Amino acid sequence: MIRADLAAIAHWISPGAKVLDLGCGDGQLLTYLHEVKQVSGYGIEIEPGRVVASIRNGVNVLQMNLETGLSGFDDHSFDTVILSQTLQAMKQTEGILRDMLRVGREGIVTFPNFGYWKNRMQVLTGIMPKSEAMPYEWYDTPNIHLCTLADFESLCRTIGAQVIERIVISAEGRRVHAFPNLMGSLAIYRIRA
Amino acid sequence: MSSPRSLGHVMPRQARFDEPLKLSSGTVLERFDLVYETYGRLNAARSNAILICHALSGTHHVAGTYEGDPRSTGWWDNMVGPGKPVDTDRFFVVGVNNLGGCHGSTGPSSTDPATGRPFGARFPFVTVEDWVHAQARLADYLNIARFAVVMGGSLGAMQALQWSLSYPERLGHAIVIAGAPSLSAQNIGFNEVARQAITTDPNFHGGDYYAHAVIPERGLRLARMLGHITYLSDDAMMEKFGRELLTSQPRFSLDVEFEIESYLRHQGDKFAERFDANTYLIMTKALDYFDPAAKAGGNLSAAMAPARAQFLVLSFTTDWRFSPGRSREIVKALLDNSISVSYAEIESTQGHDAFLMENEDYFSVVSAYMERVAREVGA
Repeated sequence: MIRADLAAIAHWISPGAKVLDLGCGDGQLLTYLHEVKQVSGYGIEIEPGRVVASIRNGVNVLQMNLETGLSGFDDHSFDTVILSQTLQAMKQTEGILRDMLRVGREGIVTFPNFGYWKNRMQVLTGIMPKSEAMPYEWYDTPNIHLCTLADFESLCRTIGAQVIERIVISAEGRRVHAFPNLMGSLAIYRIRA
Repeated sequence: MSSPRSLGHVMPRQARFDEPLKLSSGTVLERFDLVYETYGRLNAARSNAILICHALSGTHHVAGTYEGDPRSTGWWDNMVGPGKPVDTDRFFVVGVNNLGGCHGSTGPSSTDPATGRPFGARFPFVTVEDWVHAQARLADYLNIARFAVVMGGSLGAMQALQWSLSYPERLGHAIVIAGAPSLSAQNIGFNEVARQAITTDPNFHGGDYYAHAVIPERGLRLARMLGHITYLSDDAMMEKFGRELLTSQPRFSLDVEFEIESYLRHQGDKFAERFDANTYLIMTKALDYFDPAAKAGGNLSAAMAPARAQFLVLSFTTDWRFSPGRSREIVKALLDNSISVSYAEIESTQGHDAFLMENEDYFSVVSAYMERVAREVGA
């Protein structure tokens, strides 16, 4: 994950907030949020090696399968629920978005923008795109539900989620303002129900 | 971390407590003994102590062996020792036999000072809370103001949980393995069948079998056989024993024929030799009574509010006696109080027994957590 991504997420989190990070990996984001925002944070992770890494890094991690939803969590029991670079790898895309907005007062979703011009170029030349944000071969990728900014915003409308703010960043980690769906490599959305 | 080795020879010790202990039942135990073992060294800051709480049939003999008895390996020797997940090169580990036990701590087979005869049926019922209070006395005796970790599996997990409520400031972390916030009706049912097996044995004599120089061996065997079925998963049993016969053909007899029958009988026999029936009754009742939520109107989250420790909660996928769902109830109550908690659901075919078995994911999680504790307390 690039630094600009972390900083953007932290920007939207209140100091001392109670945060749930869905698909927390080795706990890097929560470690960062704890440092800069003193959050009381919990991560959810399914893969045993990453669970161990999170524990070693001093991050609170709960080993659970996101695909079965967040049924164990009460409504609005977290200030912010984060889905960082995980949406595109989930089967239950719509389900998890609805559930995160039920459990959290706000949600933050980040994903690689499939509409990024370099991706479009690769498709135009007849191959599946690979980039810094999507470094996988088509036959060996965890990403099954890739989307563009426009696609994501359309899904938000479908499920009644409101986009509060959006930050789009380039492959170099700079903020993108013009033609975000074309120029942005990574999208970061702040949403609520 | 050094490569895992055995602790080598260890020695039990006895501590005597002369100050009366008021039990949950209202009965007062005037004095009592606790037998315990320690491994590793308490550091100068006295910050690296770990308390290990045993389950139903466990003892203070957690790890290592006794001199002259190479087969006397402790019940959690794979977990505790130099270079092991609970590393005795870094931590000072205390194992203690609970009150009501039959391995040296005051229990039903101990002599009642009032009569000069074994307590037998007159030994008071004890609860998980009583055990925790007795363990706190041992901590005082050892001059340990605060444990870095209190940990245990199954009934031991319940004690770790209770520590966080009874003495919130006296532990940094609770490691709750294959535990539950209370027993289900099904679980109490299993315990009741086990107790009935013992109390209806003609050798039971209302609990005063010591005077008759007999033990309710048949009852104890049945209780243990039943227990063993519930500690394993259906798959693990099928994998281990299948439908294998001891002989090539069925013999149409009630003698041992299937491997599983042979295993259960062997486990039952071994247990009856080493375990006191009254202790078994008391320990199963302690399991049944444990229910911290009951004091908060059935609300576990409200009950957990006093806890200050950080938690590691572990469950095993095929454990149906203390299922992962029960551990998740604990996790949820901790989350509701914004308490630090990590939870791992370990893939295992071993059922409830998995908490005693070596398993890479399980041991990696505990090792990683203990590393973090070691950093915190300078161990």
